Order: sequence, then structure tokens, then C-alpha cells
Amino acid sequence: MRKNGFARHALIETLHTVQSSFGYLDDDAIRFVALSLRVPLSQAYGVVTFYHYFSLKPPGKHTITICAGTACYIKGADKLIDAAEKHLGIPQGQTTSDGQISLMTARCVGACSRAPVVLSDGEVSGEMSAELMVEQLERWAVE
Amino acid sequence: MTIEELEQIAESVSQENAKYDFEVNVCMDLACASQGAEKLRDALVKAAEASGKSVFVRRTGCMGPCSAGPLVRVDPDETLYKHVHADHAEAVVASLGGKPVPELQCDLNEHFGSQVRVVLENAGYIDPEKIDDYIARDGYKALLTVLTEMTPSGVIHRITESGLRGRGGGGYPTGLKWGTVAKSHGDLKYVVCNGDEGDPGAFMDRSVMEGDPHRVLEGMAIAAYAVGATKGFIYVRAEYPVAVARLTAALRDARRRGLLGNNIGNTPFSFDIEIRLGAGAFVCGEETALLASIEGRRGAPRTRPPYPAMSGLWGKPTLINNVETYANVAPIVRNGGRWFFNMGSERSKGTKVFALTGKITNTGLVEVPMGIKLREIIDVIGGGVPGGHTFKAVQTGGPSGGCIPAEMLDIGVSYDALLKMGSIMGSGGMIVMDDTSCMVNVARFFIEFCMTESCGKCIPCRAGTAQMHTLLSRICDGTGTMEDLELLEDLCSTVKEASLCGLGQTAPNPVLSTLKYFRNEYIDHIVHKRCPAGVCNMKAPVEVLA
Repeated sequence: MRKNGFARHALIETLHTVQSSFGYLDDDAIRFVALSLRVPLSQAYGVVTFYHYFSLKPPGKHTITICAGTACYIKGADKLIDAAEKHLGIPQGQTTSDGQISLMTARCVGACSRAPVVLSDGEVSGEMSAELMVEQLERWAVE
Repeated sequence: MTIEELEQIAESVSQENAKYDFEVNVCMDLACASQGAEKLRDALVKAAEASGKSVFVRRTGCMGPCSAGPLVRVDPDETLYKHVHADHAEAVVASLGGKPVPELQCDLNEHFGSQVRVVLENAGYIDPEKIDDYIARDGYKALLTVLTEMTPSGVIHRITESGLRGRGGGGYPTGLKWGTVAKSHGDLKYVVCNGDEGDPGAFMDRSVMEGDPHRVLEGMAIAAYAVGATKGFIYVRAEYPVAVARLTAALRDARRRGLLGNNIGNTPFSFDIEIRLGAGAFVCGEETALLASIEGRRGAPRTRPPYPAMSGLWGKPTLINNVETYANVAPIVRNGGRWFFNMGSERSKGTKVFALTGKITNTGLVEVPMGIKLREIIDVIGGGVPGGHTFKAVQTGGPSGGCIPAEMLDIGVSYDALLKMGSIMGSGGMIVMDDTSCMVNVARFFIEFCMTESCGKCIPCRAGTAQMHTLLSRICDGTGTMEDLELLEDLCSTVKEASLCGLGQTAPNPVLSTLKYFRNEYIDHIVHKRCPAGVCNMKAPVEVLA
């Protein structure tokens, strides 16, 4: 916040910093940011819920993100999502009950030439198959 | 910093490069990096040291044909190698000065044959993290020339003369936009770069920002001088962390060299740029929504007029252009407006970068002159559809665009021709589909995208896309009726006419274009309860008569 001179328009910037430090935004964090930047709480909450990137829930220990952009979709990303949901027993956007793995989808990570793309804890792997992905999930589940 | 000093830097870079007999350039763009380009580079450095040859290993931005990655180009022979991995490093280094390694050689003459590189002229030739590499390839020369030799109206005249149109998709004449902002009154003006490449399936802007970030900064600074702005913002998606890091480093280096900040090039002109992060909202590519997001608010669009050129960021006149538009500015200033005007088709000038993906042999980035036939891009540059499948359609313009069928492929690419075909130029995603893609399903995919991305401010878009999605889902699972189809068409025109911003107005395009060219697939789903491509799961399977 200091870097941006406590400017009100730096709300999104500040929320990004908080989320990258804590992994998610809880009520206390949003309250603190809103108060410090003199932004109405409703505006801060509105911004957090408007943008997909911000999360109100803590992420799992590992996160698998399946790209659901058009190129990935054409190359079968929907099958990857189905396989992951079935394997983990949770719908996309959720974390397993033991807090190990979060299953997310992305709108496009820009690696379309290697579709379908999966991010394992932020690391990009292209031309992914359901088998390879499930192997990764199995490795994570026991870690 | 003066032009003479720039030339001195360029001179010292070329002297430095001349010390080496060979240059090995390694593509470090996302597609190559995800296949081990980093390890490959380390292995190449090690192999070069061990061999005792004088080799310089450089990390570069995207070279283009991503499907052949990781890519390595050896200079001075310009030999391109494909699928190079760390264990090939020794063979590559050993071949220097002798014959190239045959099994790695990448013969893509056809792929590069009809390409013309303006925006991507430095891609694969410079280290994006070194400002001096950019300067050595005439970087920032255009900016300093403009500041010392041209008037702001002279710059606008040159851009107008070039015929450059906005590369974000709409195709608004850039010179005209700059002129409007220049004429607007305001004590403060802003220049904004739209790097919110939300269109899924497109990654041109990411490659430009990551592979040649200074080009964007230079374009913005020239624009700022032309319109009288002192402050700039680059709005980048948070999904592009590398682009953010490269731009941050580029800004720091440009300030250090005195190419941004106060009194640039010892002239009275001062200009600086800040980076703003997006947070995952497609609608923020719409200019008024983008401005709201920069101001730290929800990215909801507003009615226009007033246009941002009159009243934009914090009510001040604001110039908004796309990454690729700014990337075209410096070459136009350097080479003159006529040079650019002479490329391309009648009403679309210059070149366009496309991200070629989907069911196609050579995926990657291509830059082609406007007016080139779609067939040439797909069959020659792209190498056609692989695996013995047949081409069905090419999708341009992302969720706002449409699907173009095989019989339209002989039409030249231009803003107007694509619009006529029911699609749009868009930012330049080009996704090829073959006979295994169901067009109804694709239409549903895009409507689902628009439905979740609708900001919810206006009803036609918020409710309309949701209803369209329901209807399309019904058709996809075989429970749709012909009345549903009629209703869908009706709804398309309502959403198109009545929505507030570009997102809603163009959301029906994928449905309308597939209905126009692939109506029988819809009929098959509704009447015959079958999906010709075998993609959709029909709820009520019918017996197939032998």
C-alpha cells in the first residue's frame, strides 16, 4: 500500500499483494485493506467478488488448474476436467476435504499452441492426457 | 539520451556480439519453456564452454512455430532446430562451423515463406530482458526522432497516413483516435495500453509483451507525445506473470536510460508508465470497463458517449490502444507512413499477428500481410489439418467472433471481409476445427463463456446469454425442438441489438455464424437426435437403422 501511496485506485493492486502473500482473501484482510485505503467496505467486497482471480477460500496444499480456453476445449479439456472431478470427487473450484488438492479451471493461460494445458502448482505442461494428469494427482494425494 | 548515444550503445552491442563466432538463440517463450527450454539453455552453455568454441547463448522471445518447440536458432547461418532437448546440446555445439545436425533441422520454408514481420521483427533475435539488445535493433530511435524532429501533429499525420487500424479487434483508425485525444481539452491526459488479452485461444499480445516489451513502451511514449499525455498505464492480465515481470524490468531499464521519466532525450517531454494488473474478467477488455478496473473499481462498462478520448480515466481525455497497435507505431515512424500503407489490402493496411491453434499441424504465432487468403494461412503456413481429418471451420475473434467454413477460405483476411462473413478480426486468435468438432457444442461453449463473463449490468446480456445457454444445452442433449431454434435466433438479435457494451453485442456471433453455415448440424441434433461429430451426449438415443 505504501508503494502505491495509499491511493484508492490501487485497491486491486493491494488485493493482489495480499492474496499472493496469504493465498486467499479472508474477511479480516478485506476489512483491513478497505480501511487503510479509505474505500467503502462494499466497494472492496464488490471488487473481490467481481474478479475471478480473487479467492475467498484458502487453497489446498496443491492446486491443479485446467485451462478451459477455446484451443484447449477443442482439444479435449472438458474430458480432462471430467476426469479430474471424478478422480478427486469434487466439482471444479473446490478443494478436497483433506485440504490437499484444489481443482481450478482457467480462462486461458496463453499457451494455446500446446493445448490442452494443465498447470500443476503454476507449472505449465502442454499436450496433457487424462492418465498423466491423474498420475500427478495420485502423487499429490499421498504427499 | 540522444540519438548519438543510442547509436553508441548499438555500436558497442554489435562489437560485443562480434567477439563471438557463433550465436545460439534459445526460444524461452511459454510453449518452449514448458518443454524444458531452461534446462536446454544451461546444457548449451555448458557444452559451449567444454567445446572451447566462441559461442554466445542467448534467451529470446517467441520464434513462432511453437509446435516444433523447443526451438533453437544458430547464427550466423540462421539454422533452425526443432524439438531440441538438453541431451542434444553437445551435438548442436559440435555442429557449429560444420554441417548442421540433420535430425534436428527444421525445414519450415513454407511456414515462413509468406510471413512478413513487422510487429515480430525482433522476436527470436533479442533478449527481452536487455534494453541494449532492443536499442541495437533500432529501438527507441523512433521515439528520439519524434521528440527532436517532429511536431505532435506531424506524428499523428504519419500514423493517419499509414492507415493503421486498431489491432484489438474493432479496427478503428488509429490516427483518427489519436487526433481526437490530441484535440480534447484537459490539463492531464492519459495513454492506456490494453494488454488484457482475455480472448481464450489468443496469445499474440502475451508474446509481444514477453518477447519485446520495449517495443510497446516506445509505442506508448510516441503516442503520449502525439496526444499530449504525461502518464501511461499498461493493463495486463494477472494470468500472465512473465509478461508482468518483463514489463516491470523493461520500465526500470528504460527509466535508467532516460527513455522514460522526466525530460526524455533532453527535451521538455516527460512521460512515465505504470503497470496495472487485471484480475480475471473478460469484460475488462472493453475500454470503459478497463478504465473502471484501472481506477480500482468493478470492471463494469458504461454507456458511450462520452468516449474515453473525451472523458476517460478520472474524467480526463484518455487514449486506449491494444498492445499490437502500439507495437506497430515505432516501425511506422521509422519507415514512414507510405511504407506501411503499401502493405496489406485495400482498407486494412500492414500486417496482422495471428495465434494459430487447434487442429492444425503447425501451431504458433504467425504474422501475415493483411489480405492474405485464409486458405494460405491454414494449408501452407499452418500445414493443414493433421491425422487424416478434414477441415471443418476456423474460428476467429474468440467469443465475439464466428466460425468460417471451408467454402469461404479463399477470401482475403481484412476487417471488413471477416465482418461480412459474420465473424470479426478480433485480437487475432485463429482456432482450426476439424470433423471431430461439433459446431453446436462450440457455440454452446462460447455462450457459456459469455454467460459467466457477463458483468451483469445490463439485462439483455445477463439474462439473454443465460437463456441462450439453456436453449443450446437442450439442443446439444437432444431434447431441443424447432421452436427452440426459432426462439434462439430471436434471442440472438435481441441480445445483439440491446446490449450495452461490446461483450453482449457480439456474444451471439458464434451462434449466428454457426447457424448460418452449419444449420444442418442444428437440424441433425433437433430432428434426427444425433450429433454428426459424435461429441454431444444425446439423452434420448435413437436406434440407428442399418
